[in-house]
Amino acid sequence: MRLPLRALGVTLLIALSWPASAAAAGGAVTVGSKNFSEGYLLAEMAAQLLEQAGYDVRRRFGLGGTLICFSALTAGEIDLYVEYTGTLSQAILDMPLDAELEELREAVAAYQLLLLPPLGFDNTYALAMKRQRAEALGIRSIGDLRAAPGLRAVLSHEFMERADGWPGLSREYGLQMNVTGIEHGLAYQALNDGAVDLTDAYSTDGEVERYDLVLLEDQRDFFPEYLAVPMVRADVPAGVVAALERLRGRIDDATMQALNSAVVFDKRSFADVANEFLVSEGLVAARNVGVSMWPGLWRNTLQHLKLTAAALSLSVLVGLALSLMIFRRRMLARAVIYLCGLMQTVPSIALLALMIPLLGIGVVPAIVALFLYSLLPILRNTVTALTTVDPTLIRVAVAMGMSDAQQVRYVYVPLSLPSMLAGIRTAAVISIGTATLAAFIGAGGLGDPIVTGLALNSPNLILQGAIPAALLAMATELLFELVERLVLPGHLRPQP
Amino acid sequence: MSEALAPPGVERPDPVPQSCVEFLQVEKRFTADQPVLDGITLALPAGLTTAVVGASGSGKTTLLELVNAVLEPDRGTVLVFGEPIPHRDLVAFRRRIGYSVQGAGLFPHLTNRDNVELLAKLEGWPRERRRQRYLQLLEEMELPEEVSERYPHSLSGGQQQRLGLCRALMLEPALLLLDEPFSAVDPITRVGIYKTFAQVQAQEGVSTVLVTHDMREAVRLGDFLVILKEGKVLQAGAPDDVLAAPADEYVQTLVTEQL
Repeated sequence: MRLPLRALGVTLLIALSWPASAAAAGGAVTVGSKNFSEGYLLAEMAAQLLEQAGYDVRRRFGLGGTLICFSALTAGEIDLYVEYTGTLSQAILDMPLDAELEELREAVAAYQLLLLPPLGFDNTYALAMKRQRAEALGIRSIGDLRAAPGLRAVLSHEFMERADGWPGLSREYGLQMNVTGIEHGLAYQALNDGAVDLTDAYSTDGEVERYDLVLLEDQRDFFPEYLAVPMVRADVPAGVVAALERLRGRIDDATMQALNSAVVFDKRSFADVANEFLVSEGLVAARNVGVSMWPGLWRNTLQHLKLTAAALSLSVLVGLALSLMIFRRRMLARAVIYLCGLMQTVPSIALLALMIPLLGIGVVPAIVALFLYSLLPILRNTVTALTTVDPTLIRVAVAMGMSDAQQVRYVYVPLSLPSMLAGIRTAAVISIGTATLAAFIGAGGLGDPIVTGLALNSPNLILQGAIPAALLAMATELLFELVERLVLPGHLRPQP
Repeated sequence: MSEALAPPGVERPDPVPQSCVEFLQVEKRFTADQPVLDGITLALPAGLTTAVVGASGSGKTTLLELVNAVLEPDRGTVLVFGEPIPHRDLVAFRRRIGYSVQGAGLFPHLTNRDNVELLAKLEGWPRERRRQRYLQLLEEMELPEEVSERYPHSLSGGQQQRLGLCRALMLEPALLLLDEPFSAVDPITRVGIYKTFAQVQAQEGVSTVLVTHDMREAVRLGDFLVILKEGKVLQAGAPDDVLAAPADEYVQTLVTEQL
């Protein structure tokens, strides 16, 4: 009973002593990205530039949001990612929105981070109209809207609510216009169809180029700047900084729109689009970007299996050991099961996020989270089975002269085995499903194509994760059926 | 026996030659108000079968469980072959005492043979010795060898009970405790088992304490009868003596109604 606990301790120790900086370890650099298409594209550019400079690049793309990226960077799980100045000042550093680049640079220095020169474009809020319609009405700037109060405007729900969205904007410019809320993705379609005249947009959205929209000029600089800036750890080799600085000012709004459009509308891969751009700028040599999905699929499946297998072995070990330690004490057993049930109610994505300050990002926190999720079914099934073994058999076992340990080994455990196996089987299937979320914290696996697919709205990519995950779950069910056949005599097997 | 074993002022019962179990002023209660066993003093003869008869709630199962130390008496002393029950190493103590219950209590996940051999395996008996003893018991209990690889659920109730007795006798115990061992078996099958059991008991020479609610069974199998009611011994003695001279009305009813 002591051994599994020790094993857990060792595992946690290993987890906590994870190397501080990925780059410091050698010629390897880890590039991260957020989980939307522009983030992937910029990260891919950075990765290819670094590969051109001779670095061995690890890609940890599609991390689930700003805070996850930033924690990953400060924890050394990744060495760089591309951030936006407005996000940096507001969401991370808690500084005023109009903070100067120099102030931001000083602020991140406290985290041992460097802010490299902006890439050129400003991905901020904007108001967009069809070019034809705007020209016909003579509207070029936001101020011009005052003269056209009859325009049909739809705004994304978030923009309508945010202080730095419509409420502030209409006050600043004195606009009096009826606006309705709409889902962001639908707004572009409505605009293109001529059903509406005006909507809010992100200035580098691919749709701007695709639908030939104009972004109205913000003469009063109401919208804050969201300049894209690579942010890197201060301990990366100087060559990394030099390689990334070659991107300085190379990408203007129109270029970024075109690149986003190539990915979103033309369904080209990030690597392909990034490479084409870098080649056209003379920054890297052209390369043949692989189009086969099989190597990635195989790698993701393997990674997925590793994650689930590690988490499951851990939870089997801990779950069974814990069950055997507590099952004779009813109150304790109930308390432990209740606690595990509570853990289960924490949404998995929240659990993953909560884990970051403790364990960083990547494989370890993913395994720990999966472990916590799969513990409950194992624990509950096992304890329930152990406490409901026929009391007559236990009375006989005691009276016959079996020691406590022998009762457990020869009576309690074999009689609980069918339920234990059922619990482990449930845990395995839950793990396989939940492990797809591990991609949000950069642990890879079959969640990778799903997260990317969601960012790109690409069912094809989503299925590349979802189908193998479903197949894995089915294979697991079959495997357990086989195991049950092997270890349980027929009359003790669960009837289908 | 040292004075310390018997509470002061308590006489030991008349020395019965070679008692297998002795109860000295034994009291046991599960609740404060009503004792389950109320000052039992009793000696059971060695080498023979004692049948303890009582209705449910008479305390007969409790009496049995005091012998193999599944329960501890609140007062008084239990002696097994003249020795008090040890405080340590109860496992080894219990292995010298065979035990079987109503419905046999066979382990459903073990084959019939493994059920019988389990304790011998735990005792470290070599395989050859185990197998030999197992086959001997099968034969004595008149069970076919084909049952060996099968599981208990495939046996009839009577066969299960026979196998339970094999398991209880596996380690060649000097004492055998049986808690309503034949109650779950239909009357016709029961008669067959009685016969087999009586032979085996004599052949193995094992002192047996059998607890039952069935006076007929007690008279059939017992060399010595104990009538228990509400935690007290109403009468103890040879069956003929009990039948000839019931100690009170209750015993009289048992005798007339059940015979």
